[in-house]
Amino acid sequence: MLKYVLKRILISVVTVLVILAVLFTMLHSMPGSPFNDEKITAVQRANLEAKYGLDKPLPVQFYNYLKAMLAGDFGISYVIQKNMPISELLRARIPVSIRIGIQSVLLGMVIGLILGIIAALKRNSFLDTFATVVSVIGVSFPSYVFAMAMSYFIGFRLGWLPLLYSTTDAARSTIMPTISLCMFSLATVARFARTEMVEVMGSDYMLLADSKGITTLRLLGVHGLRNALIPIITVLAPLTVELMTGSLVVEQIFAIPGIGSLLVSAIQFNDYNVVLAVIFIYSIMFISVMLIVDILYGIIDPRIRLAKEEKR
Amino acid sequence: MMTAKEYASRVEKQDFVLANRRDIGVDKVYGSQSFFRDAVSRFTKNKGAVFGLIMIVIIVVMAFAGPPLSGYDYRTQNLSQRNLPPHIPGLEFIPIFSGVSTQYANGQPIRTDMYELKGIKDVTHIFGTDALGRDQFARVWTGSRVSLFVALVAILIDTLVGMSLGLVSGYYGGKVDFFLQRVVEILSTIPTTVIVTLLIVVMKPGLTSITVALMITEWIGMSRVARAQTLRLKEQEFILASKTMGESNRSIIFREILPNIFGQIIVMCMMTIPNAIFTEAFLAFIGLGIPAPLASLGSLISDGFKSMTMYPFLVAYPVIVLALLMLSFNLMADGLRDAYDPKMKEM
Repeated sequence: MLKYVLKRILISVVTVLVILAVLFTMLHSMPGSPFNDEKITAVQRANLEAKYGLDKPLPVQFYNYLKAMLAGDFGISYVIQKNMPISELLRARIPVSIRIGIQSVLLGMVIGLILGIIAALKRNSFLDTFATVVSVIGVSFPSYVFAMAMSYFIGFRLGWLPLLYSTTDAARSTIMPTISLCMFSLATVARFARTEMVEVMGSDYMLLADSKGITTLRLLGVHGLRNALIPIITVLAPLTVELMTGSLVVEQIFAIPGIGSLLVSAIQFNDYNVVLAVIFIYSIMFISVMLIVDILYGIIDPRIRLAKEEKR
Repeated sequence: MMTAKEYASRVEKQDFVLANRRDIGVDKVYGSQSFFRDAVSRFTKNKGAVFGLIMIVIIVVMAFAGPPLSGYDYRTQNLSQRNLPPHIPGLEFIPIFSGVSTQYANGQPIRTDMYELKGIKDVTHIFGTDALGRDQFARVWTGSRVSLFVALVAILIDTLVGMSLGLVSGYYGGKVDFFLQRVVEILSTIPTTVIVTLLIVVMKPGLTSITVALMITEWIGMSRVARAQTLRLKEQEFILASKTMGESNRSIIFREILPNIFGQIIVMCMMTIPNAIFTEAFLAFIGLGIPAPLASLGSLISDGFKSMTMYPFLVAYPVIVLALLMLSFNLMADGLRDAYDPKMKEM
């Protein structure tokens, strides 16, 4: 087990290094330099480069870059907010994104579970078909389809919820983004919960528990659900990816001041420092989720760990 | 002495009567079927999959027949006919083709028949026109070609890169396998969005860079499946037999292993397609799509979204086509998976 965890951590660290190396290379391959002024003499330029450590050999520069990035110093923004340190720019925006992300995962999981369990208990009924349709649609449609449909019909035509994010009405503003982002997790979880529940319900130990005469609630809650829930961890990784991608677009649609919309506007305004910083944050988040999921697997179900080790 | 055959020919079916036991089921005997025909019959029984297949065929046909049908092309601007709502002469009684534009002022709808206003009652724009007066019908179907092209690229990458790398690393093992597995491990821990966005920021937005981005990200899943399947097969007796008879490694890979894992390969291919289409549409939406005047579904959605409250029809049609395309490919992938490999259904 320890070997497995260590190996997973090592891979994650290497991945972070690889990402940083790529970002560093990209920073260097960008055209132009900060001192592109013709009025600057060669001596002045050399002085400036010495001041910012640009005269040092590349490995040393990379080391300094590593230190700065890991310490949360991402440089300054050139275009979006002139000379504003990016870490400050991010500090205000990360909580908004995380709030919507967590809300939508929770909502999606709860509704998805309920839907999946009902579908599994009432197999081939109307509700089962309904759950299947919902899950196919939720997986297939990109989240911005829901976001646009809701913002047009609910936000604009009916005027029930704010069309755009407003900081004074934050709670109500997050309702539509949360719902449109939760569709994917809802669909995935529902699908998963259904297949797992069907399998668990058909197992011998459920038959035994049932024949012992315990109540339905206890049968489902203690014996059924618990065993069906374990594999749901597997969907956490794809959910995170979907949330990140989805948040870029959904934040744009509802004008939410989160990191997703920051990345989009940074791309559109060519604010490279901000692009690289947000991408770094995204990678770190994703890598940590993957690491946690993989370790959880190992703890919960030793068979998965063994199978993985065997495969490698 | 009667031979068994002669004896059997004397016994008729009607000599036997089914005992009156309704609770005993009688097994239905099916004729033996080849694996492929079995898969086809399972596929055609799946309503969703058949629906998906039909929708894909319709979209493909429309992608090529649509623009000529409309009588317009995707780039010709007509500044006197900007932002016109959908209109088909003779079908005005259908609300969505009436050519009536509805604007909202203080929540009150104001309806104007734009075509009557401009005195062009006989002009047809099935999906309306965009901000530069280009026919949206032609643009949507031209744009769907990009999505289909991306789907094609995904299949090519899957089979050429993913499948061959998976086969090679699974079959030969050793250093190649070790190296490839580390690459896969690291690449799969970097979110696709990040790789794709970075690449397009460096390269110029366009079809080439989207293709390159897909090339880096889409082969991973396929190579994993191909590798795992190859590992499973290569220890089996029939491979050993081929080796003993002196079959070359290449021939074993392509003639013994590949046909046996073809089902999984097709299924995996179909699963990458919606991903690839989505990636393109997503990139276009955040402004990294193909440059104007070319159109893709994503860039049409992105443009239409800017004036969504004024001209909802501009965003509605590309969204509907994109959603249908994604849905159809997903349904078809599910159907194929169930048809080729019923065991995988629970995954």
